[in-house]
Amino acid sequence: MNQLPLLSILTFTPLIGAILLLFVNKNSHGVLRTVAMAVTVVTFVLSLPLITGYNAPGTDIGGFQFIENVPWIAAGPFQMSYHLGIDGISLWLVILTTFIMPISILSTYTAVEEKVKEYMICLLLLEVGMIGTFISLDLFLFYIYWEVMLIPMYFMIGIWGGKNRIYAAVKFFIYTAVGSLLMLVALISLYFKAGGGDFSIIRFWELNLDPTTQMWMFLAFALAFAIKVPMFPLHTWLPDAHTEAPTAGSVILAAVMLKCGTYGYVRFAMPLFPEASAQFTPLIATLSVIGIIYASLVAMVQQDVKKLVAYSSVAHLGFVMLGLYALNTQGVTGGMLQMLNHGVSTGALFLIVGFIYERRHTRQISDFGGLAKQMPVFATMFMIVTFSSIGLPGTNGFVGEFLVLLGSFESSLRWYAIIATSGVILSAVYMLWMFQRVMFGELKNPKNQTLKDLNAREVAIMLPLLFLIFFLGVYPRPIIDSMAPSIDKLIAHTKVQKQVAQVAAPAAPQLPAGHVAVPGLPEGHPALPATQEVK
Amino acid sequence: METIAMPAINLAVVMPEILLSCIAMVLLLVNVFVPGNNKAYLGYLSIIGLAVTAASVVNGWGPSVSAFNGAVVQDNFATFFKIIFLVSAGLAVLISDRYMAQEECNQGELYPLILFATVGMMLMAAGTDMMVIFLGLELLSICLYVLAGFNRASVKSNEAGLKYFLLGAFSTGFLLYGMALTYGATGSTKIQAISAFVMGNPSVASNPLFVVGMLLIATGFSFKVAAAPFHMWTPDVYQGAPTPVTAFMSAGPKAAGFAAFLRVMIFAFPMLKAEWGQLLWILAVLTMTVGNIIALSQDNVKRMLAYSSIAHAGYALVGFTATNAEGAAGILFYMLSYAFMNIGAFAVVVLIGKKGESNGNVQDLAGFGHKKPLLAAILSIFLFSLAGIPPTAGFIGKFYLFSAAIKSGYLWLAIIGVLNSAASLYYYLRVMVFMYMKDPTEEFDWAGATPAIALCLLLSVGATLALGVVPGTVLALAQKAVLF
Repeated sequence: MNQLPLLSILTFTPLIGAILLLFVNKNSHGVLRTVAMAVTVVTFVLSLPLITGYNAPGTDIGGFQFIENVPWIAAGPFQMSYHLGIDGISLWLVILTTFIMPISILSTYTAVEEKVKEYMICLLLLEVGMIGTFISLDLFLFYIYWEVMLIPMYFMIGIWGGKNRIYAAVKFFIYTAVGSLLMLVALISLYFKAGGGDFSIIRFWELNLDPTTQMWMFLAFALAFAIKVPMFPLHTWLPDAHTEAPTAGSVILAAVMLKCGTYGYVRFAMPLFPEASAQFTPLIATLSVIGIIYASLVAMVQQDVKKLVAYSSVAHLGFVMLGLYALNTQGVTGGMLQMLNHGVSTGALFLIVGFIYERRHTRQISDFGGLAKQMPVFATMFMIVTFSSIGLPGTNGFVGEFLVLLGSFESSLRWYAIIATSGVILSAVYMLWMFQRVMFGELKNPKNQTLKDLNAREVAIMLPLLFLIFFLGVYPRPIIDSMAPSIDKLIAHTKVQKQVAQVAAPAAPQLPAGHVAVPGLPEGHPALPATQEVK
Repeated sequence: METIAMPAINLAVVMPEILLSCIAMVLLLVNVFVPGNNKAYLGYLSIIGLAVTAASVVNGWGPSVSAFNGAVVQDNFATFFKIIFLVSAGLAVLISDRYMAQEECNQGELYPLILFATVGMMLMAAGTDMMVIFLGLELLSICLYVLAGFNRASVKSNEAGLKYFLLGAFSTGFLLYGMALTYGATGSTKIQAISAFVMGNPSVASNPLFVVGMLLIATGFSFKVAAAPFHMWTPDVYQGAPTPVTAFMSAGPKAAGFAAFLRVMIFAFPMLKAEWGQLLWILAVLTMTVGNIIALSQDNVKRMLAYSSIAHAGYALVGFTATNAEGAAGILFYMLSYAFMNIGAFAVVVLIGKKGESNGNVQDLAGFGHKKPLLAAILSIFLFSLAGIPPTAGFIGKFYLFSAAIKSGYLWLAIIGVLNSAASLYYYLRVMVFMYMKDPTEEFDWAGATPAIALCLLLSVGATLALGVVPGTVLALAQKAVLF
């Protein structure tokens, strides 16, 4: 198809924006903010044709679309290509990225007063890295974007962060770099196992590696992704990074960057090494469940609101991983939805924490109390977001969490699902308890008695997120529908490849290739589709 | 009585060396006869001389031509290395005038010495007779001894010169003794003849004379490329020597050491791959680890770069251990990238340094990123490249070296290599932590850049990024260069 290279345009628009910013006077903050905002809005608008054009008639339904494939480096044994494409899984993550970016830029209009130019450049470069990570189909290209993403985030935490920012920034960088360097070794080994050619992920999927090789490579890939997700016990960098990062940094980190880890599992670790993936399912499910329970318990005792939200992220990502490893339609769909949901609601939570931090320069729960009387608009929004984070029916969190639990209950992970369910209760405990201590009660602290409610800009930041919370809560069907074919392909592929890899395995009944469609949800009703597991 | 057969003289093969030697001698004379204390013009003349030589070198790209009875060869391998030498000499010359003026040791001999050292390196890469390699090495080393102690007024520079001389002479002794023993065992100093002898008499592999000879040669070259445990001279010499000389030494002569090392090992001892593969494995691991661990605790940027240059030799040794075409090509590519990124980093050190090489600690860089955003960004690019973060030349180079090791089945070596890279992140990031994340302690006064140093930075940054984003052409050339 001769069409515009939409994905390239999407990746490089922020880069062009960053280059433009270089030529703006560093003291004209207004211009800097406007240019950055405009660039991200343009990027978002440019990403919309992806939704409308995806699964258009004549395309490979559920497969990769908007493909661009140009040879890039060809030297010696290596052939790297500039190979892009999206499927139903990456489509929504790209949209999430382009959607969150203008919001986080808008949120920094007053939060960042120093070194605005550098800050905006970092944000735009970060967007390049994140979009690139989601759309690369060449493993080498993916690795480059994956690493490039670290640099601006490192500077964002280190320059604009809180008191302990340098420690947090270095920890963040070294943690993630160690994981990805080991992945690099596995990636090169994989390439040689494939016997040369290009680095196309689609080609690597078809390899039938022996179980031992799969095991080692899976461990290397899984470690890199597990650090990014982050999974217990590799999560320790996250609370530090989140607590120290400026608001926009936290929002992007939670909403998008963590998804790179879970996306890595869906796109790479699971389909590339299905046998090993199956072998390690109990371990990953165990770690996910520990993550859910442990992070919830730790969140409960936090004194700092932001740290509490950071730990809640770890718990939510535990749900995502559990869903993905259920490896059935509901589980994976739930996991994918939960990624988007977490992006929306935790992003919103960090924004809310940012709002009060900007006003009071503290995030200690004990410094607050009774804010609801003083800031009614803020209180309402905070409450909606809190409910979404807990997973109250009617909000987005419910759909994802329910599908995840349903999926894992129906899979071999039944017991894990049962334990994980207590995490839902725990999340209600820590979120509501925090909400109660911050918003209700007497307005004792004199400093809180003069707090201003949200201004128009802040409301404008929150409205799109609130809209999505309800929209995804009551009518997630368009998203589920467009993801479904890709998810089915993933599941079918992973299961079939696993059988191929099992040497001398007894002849198992052929999997039904077809997918049992996810029936739509009745409009305005949060009930879940009665899906059937592909067995 | 046998008549002595005169070898056919083919001066075209050594044309670049002849050209550069002549230019260096002319510069010496110009220096003597042209009055005046400002010797910066000699630097510009050297650049022209290096460019002319480079053109003559590039002209030799193509099929191999051997000359002087197999003592010297003009092949793509040598050509690629010669370009690396000329690039590092050129970049070092570009940062010299500013430094020399600042340290008030503006003697014109600096430039001819750098050029002569370059001739020595070129002979090392082109030599196919142990004696020619040795001659090249001596020419290089003697120039470097003088260069290291060039700043006569500085005690540290004197110390560097003397230390380098003593240890260098010692290591040369090892090398020469190794060559003599090999000659004793095989009856020739020509690499081809040695190789043929080893092929014809496999039993020589158990001849102690030969084995010790090989070990001593390896030791000698390990000194030159600063591989642990033969690296002891490096930090003191690198710190004491004038910064442009340090920049030059860390890139050019190291590459020259690898050129000769590769040629001798791969050609002369191909039968013993298994043996020296083991040896190099240990050397590579030690070199990477020692270099990185000690660099972790350095406060002085120059010294940190010196220790890290040991680690970088270790990465190159990883490619060497692989003993395949990718490994050799990886070394070529890495040495070229390293010349750009490391000399570039040193150029920034020169720019921010003050008289007496003060102001060279990481702490002095506090707040630098906001005072001089452009310069700080440039230094960050070099540091990211040195740490091997994409999209820079350093990443592609490391990718290639580690791939070669994995391809040859040295998986653990590659894993140790990437873990070392991760450790190196800490000290490279530390510089950026000070530049961007700490507040300045004092007012930063700055003498400004000269056009030469600006040109050096421009070239280095351009090359570091270009080799990182579109490395295809250069990688393909490196691949061609190692198809012996």
